[in-house]
Amino acid sequence: MRDWQATDSPLLDVRHVTKRFGGVVANHDISLSVERGTIVGLIGPNGSGKTTLFNSIVGQHPIDAGEIWFKGQEISRYRVDHIARLGLIRTFQQTRIFGKMTCMENMLVALPESRRHLAAMFGHGSRADMERAAELLEFVGLYSKRYHEAGSLSFGQQKLLEFAMALMCEPQMLLLDEPTAGINPTLINGLVDRLRRANSEMGITLLVIEHNMRVIMNMAEYIYCLAHGELLAAGPPEEIRNDPRVIDAYLGVS
Amino acid sequence: MRNRSSLIVLFLLIAAGLAGPWVAPAHLSQFSQLWLFMVLALSWDLMGGQTGYNSFGNIVFFGIGMYASAIVQVGLVYPVAEYTAAKGGGTEFVFSAEQLHAGLALGIPFGGLMAMLAAIVFGALLLGMRGHYFAIATLGLAVAAGELAAGWNYIGAGSGMVAPTPPDTVDSVRLIYFLSWGVAAVALLFYHWLLSTRFRMAINAIRDDEDKAEALGHFTVRNKMTAWAISAFFTGLAGAVYGNLSRFIDPIDIAFSPEIGVWMILMAILGGKGTFWGPVIGTIVFFVAKELFWTYLLGWQRVALGALIVIIVVFFPEGIVGWVKSRWPRLFTSPGKGDAGEAERDREAAHA
Repeated sequence: MRDWQATDSPLLDVRHVTKRFGGVVANHDISLSVERGTIVGLIGPNGSGKTTLFNSIVGQHPIDAGEIWFKGQEISRYRVDHIARLGLIRTFQQTRIFGKMTCMENMLVALPESRRHLAAMFGHGSRADMERAAELLEFVGLYSKRYHEAGSLSFGQQKLLEFAMALMCEPQMLLLDEPTAGINPTLINGLVDRLRRANSEMGITLLVIEHNMRVIMNMAEYIYCLAHGELLAAGPPEEIRNDPRVIDAYLGVS
Repeated sequence: MRNRSSLIVLFLLIAAGLAGPWVAPAHLSQFSQLWLFMVLALSWDLMGGQTGYNSFGNIVFFGIGMYASAIVQVGLVYPVAEYTAAKGGGTEFVFSAEQLHAGLALGIPFGGLMAMLAAIVFGALLLGMRGHYFAIATLGLAVAAGELAAGWNYIGAGSGMVAPTPPDTVDSVRLIYFLSWGVAAVALLFYHWLLSTRFRMAINAIRDDEDKAEALGHFTVRNKMTAWAISAFFTGLAGAVYGNLSRFIDPIDIAFSPEIGVWMILMAILGGKGTFWGPVIGTIVFFVAKELFWTYLLGWQRVALGALIVIIVVFFPEGIVGWVKSRWPRLFTSPGKGDAGEAERDREAAHA
C-alpha cells in the first residue's frame, strides 16, 4: 500500500488558492506547504488575508481557484466537519468555547468523533476519556478550574481551554489563529512552551497566525508573509526579519 | 439533580400513574391527556431546548401519528375509503375487542414510525437552516399539513375521521389511560437515559455554538437529524393514542391543531427548557392551571392562560427548573460537573 507518509508530499499543501468576496480579492494565487512535524508561521498586516486563508483551508467557505491538499488527498471541496475529522483542527481568533458547560464538559464534547459510530454517541464517557480530559487540562494549567463554567474563565484561560479542546481531538495538524492575542504578557511564554511541547511531544504539526513577532520568530521554523491578499515573502525567520518588503508591509512604507 | 435520585423520583412518578384508575376514576381522560402532553413537551424540548432548534412544526408529527394509527386500526378490518366515506358513524363498521386490540397494537407503533420517517424527510430539507429560518420553515410546515389533511378524501378530508369505536365489552377509558401512561413511561425513561449519554453533549454543543461543533469534527447534521427523528417518533406515538382518546380526528382542530402545537412549546418553556424535569414539571403545572381556568374562569380561560404565560416569561425566563437551578445549584450535578459543590468550594478557596 502506498501510504502518503512514504512519499515526500507535504502534510498540508495549498496550491494557487484564490478567494474573492464580491469584488474584493482576499487571497490571490497563494501557495504554501507545511511539512509534517514542523511549526510554520503565517504573518502579515491586518487585512492581509490570513484568516481568510485559514477559513479556506478548513472548508468554511468555497474557494474560487486553486487546490488544497491534506495528507495526500484533495480537501478543497470537503465540509468543515469532514476536514476536522481528517485530523486538521483550527482554533478561532475570537476564541470559541461552550460557555455554559464546565471545562470538563467542553473537553468531553471535543472527543474525536471520527472513530465513533452513531451508536457510540449513546454511551457514557469512558473513564479513559475523563482521564485524558483531565490530563490535557493539567497540561494547559486549567486542572483546578475543571468544574468551573467555561464562560467564567478569563479570556486568556478560555484560549488555553480552546487549545486543550483542540488537543483532545487528537489532531495531526493544528491551525492556530493568533494564539497569544489578548493574553497577559506574563502568560505568553508558558503558552509558547506548551505549543512547542504539543509539537515535539505529541507530534502535532502547527500552522500559526501570529502578530507577536518575538513569539513567531522564536517558534516557527519557516514563515510565510501575506500582504494585500498575496504571498509577499517566505523563508526562515532570520530571512523574513530582514526582508525589506516585509518591513515595508508592516511599517506602511511603500 | 443527581442521576440516581433523579431516576428514583422518576420511578415514583411513573408508579403513581399506575394507581390512576383507582385514585381518580372520574378524571381518567384528563389524566390520559396529561401523560400524552408530557410526551409532547419532552419531545419538543429535545429539539427546541437541547438542540436549540425551535420547531413550530412538531404538531405535524402529532397529526401524522394520529392519522397513521387510525388508518391501520381501521384498515386491518375495513377498507379505509369506505369507512371514512360513511363518516365512520355507519352501524355496519363494528369492531370486536380483538380487532380493536390488534389495531392499537399495530397502529400506535406505526404512527410513531411514520412520524419519524416524516422527520427524516423534513430534516433533510430543513435542517440546513438555522435559527429563525428553521423556526419559520417549520411553522409553514404545520400550517400546510392541516390544510393538506383537510383536502384528502381518503382520510375524511375536512370532516375528519373517527377512530374505531370500542365495543361495549371493553373498558375503553381505562384502556386508553393505560396506553397513555405506557407511552409516557417509555418516553420518560428513554429521555432520561438519552439525556445522560454523550448524545446530550453533542446536541447541546450544536445549540451553544454550531460552528464550533463543526470545527471539532462533530457530525452535526446526523446529530440534528437523530434528535428530530427521536422527537418525532414519540410525538407520533402520543398522537396515535390521542386520536383514540378524543375518538374524533379533526384535521385542523385536533390532529394539526395550532393550539396543541403551541401548548407543547409553552409547557417546556414554563418548566424550563433544556432540562429533563423542566418539561415534566411544566406539563403538570400547565395542565393543572388549564383545568382550573377552564372550570372556574370559563369565558376568560384563555386570557388567564395568556396572563400566566406572560408572568412566567417575565419573571422566570429560565422556567421553573431553571429558577430552582440558579438558586440551588448544588442539586444539579453530572459527571462533567464533578461532585456537588466542588466548583463552589474552589471558588470559595479562591476568594479566601
